Amino acid sequence: MSMNRREFLQLLAAASAAGFALDSRELLAAQGGPRVDGLYGLPRFGNVHFLHFTDCHAQLLPIYFREPNVNLGIGAAAGKAPHLVGEHLLKAFGIKPRSSEAHAFTCLDFAEASKTYGKVGGFAHLATLVKRLRASRPGALLLDGGDTWQGSATALWSRGQDMVDACKLLGVDMMTPHWELTYGAERVKEIVEKDLKGKMEFLAQNIKTTDFGDAVFQPYAMREMNGVPVAVIGQGFPYTPIANPRYLIPDWTMGIQDEDMQKVVNEARGKGAQVVVVLSHNGMDVDLKMASRVTGIDAILGGHTHDGVPAPSVVKNAGGRTLVMNSGSNGKFLSVLDFDVRGGKIQGFRYKLLPVFANLLPADAEMAAFIDKVRAPHRAKLEEKLAVSEGLLYRRGNFNGSWDQLILDALMETKGAQIAFSPGFRWGTSILPGQAITFEHVMDQTAITYPYSTLTDMSGATIKDILEDVCDNLFNADPYKQQGGDMVRVGGMRYTCDPNAAMGSRIRDMRLGDAPIEANKTYKVAGWAPVAEGAQGEPVWDVVATWLRDKKTVAPRKPNMPKLVGMAGNPGIA
Amino acid sequence: MDALRRTLLKGAGATGAIAAAMAAGVLRPSQVLAADINRAAFEAKDIAGALKAAGATNVADSTAIAIKAPDIAENGAVVPIEISSSLPNTVSLSVLVDKNPFPLTSSFEFANGAVPEMSLRVKMGQTAMVEALARTADGKHFIAKKEVKVTVGGCGG
Repeated sequence: MSMNRREFLQLLAAASAAGFALDSRELLAAQGGPRVDGLYGLPRFGNVHFLHFTDCHAQLLPIYFREPNVNLGIGAAAGKAPHLVGEHLLKAFGIKPRSSEAHAFTCLDFAEASKTYGKVGGFAHLATLVKRLRASRPGALLLDGGDTWQGSATALWSRGQDMVDACKLLGVDMMTPHWELTYGAERVKEIVEKDLKGKMEFLAQNIKTTDFGDAVFQPYAMREMNGVPVAVIGQGFPYTPIANPRYLIPDWTMGIQDEDMQKVVNEARGKGAQVVVVLSHNGMDVDLKMASRVTGIDAILGGHTHDGVPAPSVVKNAGGRTLVMNSGSNGKFLSVLDFDVRGGKIQGFRYKLLPVFANLLPADAEMAAFIDKVRAPHRAKLEEKLAVSEGLLYRRGNFNGSWDQLILDALMETKGAQIAFSPGFRWGTSILPGQAITFEHVMDQTAITYPYSTLTDMSGATIKDILEDVCDNLFNADPYKQQGGDMVRVGGMRYTCDPNAAMGSRIRDMRLGDAPIEANKTYKVAGWAPVAEGAQGEPVWDVVATWLRDKKTVAPRKPNMPKLVGMAGNPGIA
Repeated sequence: MDALRRTLLKGAGATGAIAAAMAAGVLRPSQVLAADINRAAFEAKDIAGALKAAGATNVADSTAIAIKAPDIAENGAVVPIEISSSLPNTVSLSVLVDKNPFPLTSSFEFANGAVPEMSLRVKMGQTAMVEALARTADGKHFIAKKEVKVTVGGCGG
């Protein structure tokens, strides 16, 4: 019997999908052949190197993370990166279906492919990759785009300390914040002044004091790399004081501040920087617009919107061109950006967004030992099995995810609510069918410093106002007026959404059962994560954990999705 | 540096700051005392009425007026706005918010060649256009606009 390589691989994939005990390492190696070696043995190019990860959300261990099946681009953003999902993404970037990269970058066949390719990320595996790349790229800077200190139980319980220590061990050189700020201004200052001083730069040109507009943190840092002066400018999430509780950082003001960004770029250039990189937590749509308005930036290494984009977007502006990248989330990817700089100018670049397959990268012993130490005191609590999930649980998608639906169901049942809201967060790990849900998994979805669950009487008019407001933060045609989260998840109530419509008329036909929601009628609405000061209520992780313990087995969740108008053919739907 | 500036300002107090501005010729006493305030313009309930009452006819759009304001307000109750004009001989700058019950929020006059720059905080109940109106010494009016979004917040990624 003769079998060519492709047939052999298809057989392997089929065997693996069918549940044969195939070593995914073997499969990955067979599939890519020399390419897998090439993947992590990426040859050095040029003389200026940046490694970038972002939005790891405190995931120290390898996890499953499903990419979105809905990520709509509206207006000028329609059909362009990062608003491509599933097969549309594969096609746009020339990625082979069913390959390891197809699994990393899309939601396609997620549960089955996860069995084949295994978990992704994990700081011990990331550390091995970083060490390898640093060995081949002397002087490389490791940049952390933020959302690093939040997203896990151990991060919350140590107020970010486990991640601060892990990042120091990983050798992060510079970072910029978003969720970090939700530990409060004092805690952030304490970490920056005590833990990071002299070891890691905490950069943000767009965080100023509310009174005089003084810089709170260093706006940028310069380094000489292999004889080339380079500058890295920090840009924290501009809308932290709006999207997260204002009271946690009462004396700081943020915003995009692109005029100030231009001044900082000019200053860095004036000091001789031959390469200027922005370490951004703007979100990719905002980065794309900023790149068109601010001149003199060579590359924006971005995060916030959790877009794993295989190739950079090249944006033209009055001063030349800027590369815009977004490096995914949850420790799943590491960006490698190489510049060839000669005669004071960039002559060329190479970029690769590397998926971090835990099975292909041995754990770094020192990092693994550190993670063990962090978890040891909490192990019993973290690993408590609450229930078994019969279905796939995931969060990503513009409108809802099965994990969010589970939270909505738990809230409505526990609190006796007709309707439930859950925030459109983009972090939160995935659970495969048949996997046990542990307390740690629940914390992966909920670990925030304002976890209060609530039950509120709301008029139909208020419900509509909230949906319209959040929807505009997602679909406003101007990226500078978007906040980068997803639509609030809605349980119990059906609605129609027209993303192309104007603010105030996107949400229609809201119904509870078959009855239309009435503007003046009052409804019981459960929710969590209120941003207002003084809110109270049982932490949502306890509500969900109790509900799961009672259920023992959780049937597959069907996410409540709005009926979409005007989105047919949009490649932001898989 | 910052701490020193704060201490100095605390010592000087608001009266001192205004006295200094008057001495520098930035503000005329009449403005400080609000003696010749254009009441009709401030009491107008829409932009057109305010412009008319302010004597602003044939208003031309201008890119020489810069508005620095947030794209999304962090707090609609105190939205920081900075206005400056590079139009030669700018003698007056006013700030209007189209959706406010009384759109004209403030009007400043710049005498003796004072640099036409100012910053202020305005209250906004909803997403609206912030409009900056400039008058030059020859009596001509120019305007620039920027939308500021006001949102309930929460739910960020």
